[in-house]
Amino acid sequence: MLTTFRIRRFNPESESPQPYFEDYQLVTERSDTVLDALIRIRETVDESLTVRCSCRGAICGSCGMRINGHATLACKTKVASLISSGDAIQVEPMNNMPVIKDLVTDMTGFWEKVRQVQPWLQPAGPEPEGEYLASPDAMNHLTGVMGCIMCGACVSDCAALEVNADFVGPAALAKAYRFVADPRDGSSSSRLTALNTPGGMWDCTRCMECIEVCPKEVGAMDRIMTLRAKGIEQGVPSTCGSRHTEAFADIIERKGRLDEPMLAVRTFGLTNFRQMFSFLPMVIRAVVRGKLPKSGPLFRAIPGVDRIRRLFRRAKE
Amino acid sequence: MKYAFFPGCVSRGGCPELYQSVKQVYPRLGIDLEEMTTVSCTGAGVLQEKDLRLGDILNAHTMALAEQQGLPIMTICSTCQGVMSQANHRLATDPGYLDDINRVLAEEGLTYHGTTTVKHFVWILLEDVGEQKIRQSVKRPLTGLRAAPFYGCYLQRPSAALGFEEQPARAKSLETVMALLGAEVVDFPGKTRCCGMPLITINEPGSLQMVAHHTSDAKEHGADVMVTPCPLCHLNLDGLQTKAAKHDRREIDLPILHLPQLLGLAMGLEPRALGLNRNLVSTKSVLEKLGVA
Repeated sequence: MLTTFRIRRFNPESESPQPYFEDYQLVTERSDTVLDALIRIRETVDESLTVRCSCRGAICGSCGMRINGHATLACKTKVASLISSGDAIQVEPMNNMPVIKDLVTDMTGFWEKVRQVQPWLQPAGPEPEGEYLASPDAMNHLTGVMGCIMCGACVSDCAALEVNADFVGPAALAKAYRFVADPRDGSSSSRLTALNTPGGMWDCTRCMECIEVCPKEVGAMDRIMTLRAKGIEQGVPSTCGSRHTEAFADIIERKGRLDEPMLAVRTFGLTNFRQMFSFLPMVIRAVVRGKLPKSGPLFRAIPGVDRIRRLFRRAKE
Repeated sequence: MKYAFFPGCVSRGGCPELYQSVKQVYPRLGIDLEEMTTVSCTGAGVLQEKDLRLGDILNAHTMALAEQQGLPIMTICSTCQGVMSQANHRLATDPGYLDDINRVLAEEGLTYHGTTTVKHFVWILLEDVGEQKIRQSVKRPLTGLRAAPFYGCYLQRPSAALGFEEQPARAKSLETVMALLGAEVVDFPGKTRCCGMPLITINEPGSLQMVAHHTSDAKEHGADVMVTPCPLCHLNLDGLQTKAAKHDRREIDLPILHLPQLLGLAMGLEPRALGLNRNLVSTKSVLEKLGVA
């Protein structure tokens, strides 16, 4: 099957180092992966095309790239699964990291952020005579997150990183969870405290891109949500993020549905006049259009809210 | 076609024009709704940050009530839809977990058997109402209107919980409906990305940057209007667009319509009846383009 690959090229050593797209046509077989095709392009059409790869079997995590707009492993993506529309297959380097050349990105920042969460076991207490023990259930639970091959796909497509380069990101947070949830680790409290700072666990925007693109089903965002729950449970100092969650839960428990203005006030903090004042123009426009939601005592609970309150209580039991 | 209608919090809070416009359009499509009034918020993914099981209990309660009525649920919010889809998916794939949740519901005399279907309005349009009926309802085709879709994360991801495998057309449902109404669909990379709403309290500049980027990018791709099935996205893209434009030092001024508002315009309904006067970014340019103003 004749297939067109639209590849984003970039050579920092060229006379005009600007990225551009170049089309290549190649006859592909049903069994071909995108990586097979890229290697064949390099070997038979254009030897200057630069690709990073190693195992070709979705184990090493080297060939992360964006294919038709989403990060994935080129070696795990069949060409046949992409060409039903007949359009060109667009191949680009991963996002949220510098490009070294063509499809190869610099993952230095990625590794720095993984190191930032201290990805090693920090047991507490006296060293046991034998091994550190963990139950099979606990280890089974960790298997999912330990499946991460550090390919960078989640980081590439992370929407929060696009607007905040200081965000530690989904891969590092999933790795942090791996140790926070390990029963042999004794540093979960200090780990959660460290993650409770700007750029940490509250900076995720919950867009689920990391869940969708992960080739190993690590479910980074779900791990981030559990880190937040554990942080709240352990009483980490309140932030806008944790106050938002706590106030949200409290309002639903009392009213059954969301009192939006109250949520905003309780999240920002009653004395955070500067931030609240900055939303005043929007509030005025909403008032003029007759759509400022009722709040506080004027905001009525849903009929039968007692049942919702009982469900809250029973969930806690 | 009768549904248990789950309006969600925001359609009766910050975006009342969404509730208003849905009420205008659904009877014209042969849809019958019974509004659920005694059910809680889905948790919007926020409550789930604190206690996922509690969120699943609340959503199982909602779905159990619909199950008792023998009705599928209709949502009008990407976030409500996604959160309930995810809860339903967890309960359907883990019988032990469903039993655990049912032990809590049992004290209220309820059991959830896992049979409730939860569908967003945009899916109902395609899967239940059907192309023919949608076309028949169009009295004022949106010819010449260039409309950019904006889904909201929860209506796109995680695809496993949203039934994309069984219903692949859901992935592009918004574009399909917009095209059936006669609009010219403007494709742009941001259509399935995050609007920035969940970041507004923790990273306001980042959230505003997302709003400015997506709206101006859609405009640069030629859009006259952006259309969303998610009121939370609307709160950010419409409500904070002026602030985002100021933050990014550029003019944007892109009207953001709720999907039922667009549908109502195509049905020939009066703009005020659809609450178009309540959107914060003026919708006048859209009405002028359609020759309504």
